[in-house]
Amino acid sequence: MLNSNIQDRVIRGLMWLSGLLVVAILFIIIAYISLKGISAINLDFIFDLPHRAGKEGGIFSTIISTIYLTLASLIIAVPLGVGSAIHLEEYARRDSFFARLVNLAAETLAGIPSIVFGLFGFVFFVIYLNLGWSVLSGSLTMAIMILPTITRTSQEAILSVPAEYRENSLALGASKWQTISKVVLPSALPGIITGVILSIGRAIGETAALILTAGSSLGMPAGLLDPARTMSVHLYILAMEGISMERAFGTAFLIIVLIVIINYLANLSLRRMSPAGRLQ
Amino acid sequence: MDKYAGNSLTAGALRYRSESPKKAGGWLGSGSRQMETGIEFLLKLSAFIGILAIILISLFIFAQGVPLIFKIGWLDFIFSLKWSPSQGSYGIGAMLVGTLVLTISSLAWAVPLGISTAVFMAEIAPARIGSILGRMIELLAGIPSVVFGFFGLIIVVPFIRNYLGGNGMSVLAGAIILGIMILPTIISISRDSILAVPKEYKEGSLALGATHMQSIKGVILPAAKSGIITAVILGMGRAIGETMAVVMVTGNSTMIPGSMLDPLRTMTSNIVLEMGYAAGDHQAALFATGAVLFVFIVILNLVVSLSIKEGKNYAE
Repeated sequence: MLNSNIQDRVIRGLMWLSGLLVVAILFIIIAYISLKGISAINLDFIFDLPHRAGKEGGIFSTIISTIYLTLASLIIAVPLGVGSAIHLEEYARRDSFFARLVNLAAETLAGIPSIVFGLFGFVFFVIYLNLGWSVLSGSLTMAIMILPTITRTSQEAILSVPAEYRENSLALGASKWQTISKVVLPSALPGIITGVILSIGRAIGETAALILTAGSSLGMPAGLLDPARTMSVHLYILAMEGISMERAFGTAFLIIVLIVIINYLANLSLRRMSPAGRLQ
Repeated sequence: MDKYAGNSLTAGALRYRSESPKKAGGWLGSGSRQMETGIEFLLKLSAFIGILAIILISLFIFAQGVPLIFKIGWLDFIFSLKWSPSQGSYGIGAMLVGTLVLTISSLAWAVPLGISTAVFMAEIAPARIGSILGRMIELLAGIPSVVFGFFGLIIVVPFIRNYLGGNGMSVLAGAIILGIMILPTIISISRDSILAVPKEYKEGSLALGATHMQSIKGVILPAAKSGIITAVILGMGRAIGETMAVVMVTGNSTMIPGSMLDPLRTMTSNIVLEMGYAAGDHQAALFATGAVLFVFIVILNLVVSLSIKEGKNYAE
């Protein structure tokens, strides 16, 4: 009895230790990059264009490129993702061949590594459709990458809308689409927004696929067909080519700040979901 | 969970689901009816885009890569250790070994730590600490791979160089960074599957006189087994597909590593390092590398969906 008691305590201690270790890892990464990066941050760093391949100046063009690419990929992916979620949850029979195929495709897409998306985007958008290394090629590629996230979170959000809402709306004489657009979607909105926020996080961090599709030109993109270098790609090039470690730290710090904010917002919008949603 | 389950109006709700728009808008003019049909078609079309994407991705990557694989023979392509594009030798054997070695060595420490953290969160930690830890793991999952790679490059690589020898860019550095990156996947899915084990199992075990730890080991973990296996396989998939962080810390030599302190190159690194300047057969060989990677990942995904189905049968 005593023996098993000691054994219990040892295992319990080890598990506390493993929890602590995971926290410590996260803490060390964030603390180290913040401490080293915060000194690089000032208004010039954020609002100046990079000079001499990023050795001097700021990172303004990479911030703008990141915003362009993120917005453009959301504009493409959100209607498609929410649309397919509506189709799956409100129109399709769950066991139909088409619905199963759509779900399988979403699962498979979610598992494909970003470098494979990059290869596809390169051969299909950049070469075959002749869009070149551009904001458009990059956003189309990234739109496919975030599509499964948006579809799945929208599906869950629509699923969590109580059936009574639909019944009441239909009983009042509204058509099916009126019910969906005026009743179901507004109730599902917080969940859909959570998916969008998570996708923004993924878009900010994406690197491998964008190097192959948006290029790595440091100039300010003026239009959809111009090449662009996002903050993550910039961090990779600064660090790998040893161009400027100080600016690499500053860029990494800004990316982490953005990710922390996005994480906070995602949690906030999750908690704002309807009570029915919270039960899921 | 079906949204209509447990609802007294289930039959009506089901009729709503299957009803065609023509019937739904009986009193509406024919213009709105056409609109309803048009919208239904558009929604179905957007659902089809995901399928279309998968078809196009496989089609284009295989079309670019497979002809070269047949040209040099698939055995040579996969098992030859000689990758030398300037001499026309395209063998990804060393990269295949690199991917396997790196994946196994990162799983080797991340799986035990991840499962033990998952058990800690689900069974041992006070609820508040468990939920704080959950938030932190979400944050860890959100950090981009290039930031992990940067951290590895400035902390892990110099540490290995100074204290363990070699130039620091190594299997070990890659395994440390990659292990950290797959921890969130392993922890969150394992935790969910442990939480999904019915309470009665644990209560029954405790009532029989087993200690809490004995119940975890003898009852809860075995019941959560299929979920934990899914977690490990998904973590493995992420490790195989990871690119940027690995490129930044593993040194990228095309030799098979002889020790944990030697550099290595993975299939993903190979693509991102050389795609920028490759042309002709060389570019085709990189697409072929991507095709092999794609097949690996699709097989892993199939294993996961099969194991999830098996887990469900078991639960029923």
